Amino acid sequence: MQRTVMDFWVGVFVMAGIGALLILGLKVGNLTSYQGGDSYALLGNFENIGGLKIRAPVKSAGVVVGRVANIEFSLETYDAVVTLSMDSRYRFPKDTFASILTSGLLGEQYVGLLPGGDEAMLEDGERFIKTNSAMVLEEMIGRFLFNKAAGD
Amino acid sequence: MSTVAESTLVKFDNVSFSYGNTPILKGANLAIPRGQVVAIMGGSGSGKTTLLRLIGGEIRPTAGTVHVAGEVVHELSRNALFTMRRKMGMLFQFGALFTDLSVFDNVAFQMREHSNLPEDMIRDLVLMKLHAVGLRGAHHLMPVELSGGMARRVALARSIALDPMLMMFDEPFTGLDPISLSVIGSLIRRLTDALGMTSILVTHDVQESLQIVDHVYFLADGKIVAHGTPDEVRQSDAPFVHQFIHGEVDGPVPFHYQARAYADDLGIQSGGN
Amino acid sequence: MDVILIKQTAAVIQRIGHRTINSIWRLGCASHFILLVLLKSWTSFARPRLITREIYYAGVMSLVIILVSGLFVGLVLGLQGYETLQKFGSESAVGTLVALSLVRELGPVVAGLLFASRAGSAMTAEIGLMKATEQLSAMGMMAVDPVARVVAPKFWAGVFSMPLLAAMFSVMGVFGGYLVTVVVIGVDEGSFWSQMQNAVDFRYDIVNGVIKSCCFGVVITAIAVFEGFDAPPTAEGVSMATTRTVVTSSLAILGLDFVLTAFMFRGVA
Repeated sequence: MQRTVMDFWVGVFVMAGIGALLILGLKVGNLTSYQGGDSYALLGNFENIGGLKIRAPVKSAGVVVGRVANIEFSLETYDAVVTLSMDSRYRFPKDTFASILTSGLLGEQYVGLLPGGDEAMLEDGERFIKTNSAMVLEEMIGRFLFNKAAGD
Repeated sequence: MSTVAESTLVKFDNVSFSYGNTPILKGANLAIPRGQVVAIMGGSGSGKTTLLRLIGGEIRPTAGTVHVAGEVVHELSRNALFTMRRKMGMLFQFGALFTDLSVFDNVAFQMREHSNLPEDMIRDLVLMKLHAVGLRGAHHLMPVELSGGMARRVALARSIALDPMLMMFDEPFTGLDPISLSVIGSLIRRLTDALGMTSILVTHDVQESLQIVDHVYFLADGKIVAHGTPDEVRQSDAPFVHQFIHGEVDGPVPFHYQARAYADDLGIQSGGN
Repeated sequence: MDVILIKQTAAVIQRIGHRTINSIWRLGCASHFILLVLLKSWTSFARPRLITREIYYAGVMSLVIILVSGLFVGLVLGLQGYETLQKFGSESAVGTLVALSLVRELGPVVAGLLFASRAGSAMTAEIGLMKATEQLSAMGMMAVDPVARVVAPKFWAGVFSMPLLAAMFSVMGVFGGYLVTVVVIGVDEGSFWSQMQNAVDFRYDIVNGVIKSCCFGVVITAIAVFEGFDAPPTAEGVSMATTRTVVTSSLAILGLDFVLTAFMFRGVA
């Protein structure tokens, strides 16, 4: 009797614990959109990455299709090399346009992909041909004032 | 082993033991024959319990050897020691029952750990052991529900669970009322004879133990200072034995702990200021 | 005068040295003991019922305090987070704040502290009392190894229970945050969950949190069983060992948490 009561409660405890782990994974975290080992890498050179961070999302048409895996400074081209870890379900044409965008006015930065029309697809380890750097607020304001002055 | 006579179960050969720098035993010699109930007496802190722990192999002697059934205890491998312990039973001072197990499970503990007996056979064995100590009706109780005397009887039933050849009793009479005390005393004697065991009692309860034992050893200052049958002991006029048996305040065991001269400590003599 | 000063300084240095040597020696004893526990663990795995019993005492008995504390921590986080975020007009990010604080730090750490004081101290007290009442010696004399029979099951039960308790704590916390912000204050439910799910990464946040709680489980139970087994066999000795378990394991959790955080979340978001 005593034994079965104890077994019952230990069973409840273990199930509740595993349930809690599942809730954490599915409801709190993004396990549903988490891609396991199936990914491929794409590289992009950007003149300025602004505030882009590792693990920032890569989106196309607003859908998350990958994440930023690594950011390095290249001594050959003197710009930033960003490695993207792409979900292998999604393939993009060779002339896809990669740009660093900001969600909202002050939100996080992400990499936006605008697919081109090329027949050939980008393969693992290949580079984007066309990239667009992050908008830097100071440059934007400076350009605006310059244009304004020129227009007057 | 040829040095140990066939009839001797436990033999101490010049055994010394010390805790750190505190010597407890200084060359103790004794021999305990099979089938007897032997008492080891001595004042508090004279190392009586240490003797039992040496027999059980819980501690190693710093010098000398302890033989049990012809084997040197501290030379045994771990497995051999555990095999030997299955043939030993020990009754601890306050019983040391497992407080989270019922009386039944306490007695069944060793059978379940060391044998693959079916549960209904264990049940019969446990009830037999409990019956031997008169507590068959208490098998469903928890240790906290037992009186001191009952707890000690359950512990006795537990320690004879696997029919040991050697039983050790660590102060079996401490803190018991006169009735429980006689019950435990007569149980020790009866079970020893009925099960063909050998029993070693460590105690300082003179009157009760002299009634049930075959032989008495006196331990003082880390050595065996006297021994004999109960009758010899009662008549003995050796100063230590006399003091111990009759409970005199002063004698070979002094009332005062070692100290400087009283007058010196109080600074009465002209030397102090 | 100078001689006295030198002597005093020497005495202080000596005391520091003595303390240091002592604690290193104790650490060595503890490591040796835990190694022994690991080596003798096969008995407990062969008899899972022994571990089940300990999970009941370590895990199930800690459930109430863990769930209630988790709920209240979540309520407070939600309330405070909302107060602050609302000033910047981003109160819908409150879900992110609650979830990240709980999953990364508060879940493992607070659940660990509670586990140390609820289950760890009970383990120390139980082993210490068994030692003081000679139950461990009695077991040894019955040719049953007390480390394998008593200590190892407690150790594994603690290691197993701790991550589950931490996960339950986090879930209750998130639920508390949801209650106070969405149900009571009226933050939009959709953005509460979607912002949270966007920000909480499975690999980096949740898995790291679980790894943390596993580490804490090992450390807490290791300290608890060692202190119990090492306690002087007196009432005072056991009570002091119990106190030491709570103090040492709480400090160990906080220190270890810093180290683990530094390794896990360095250079990431």
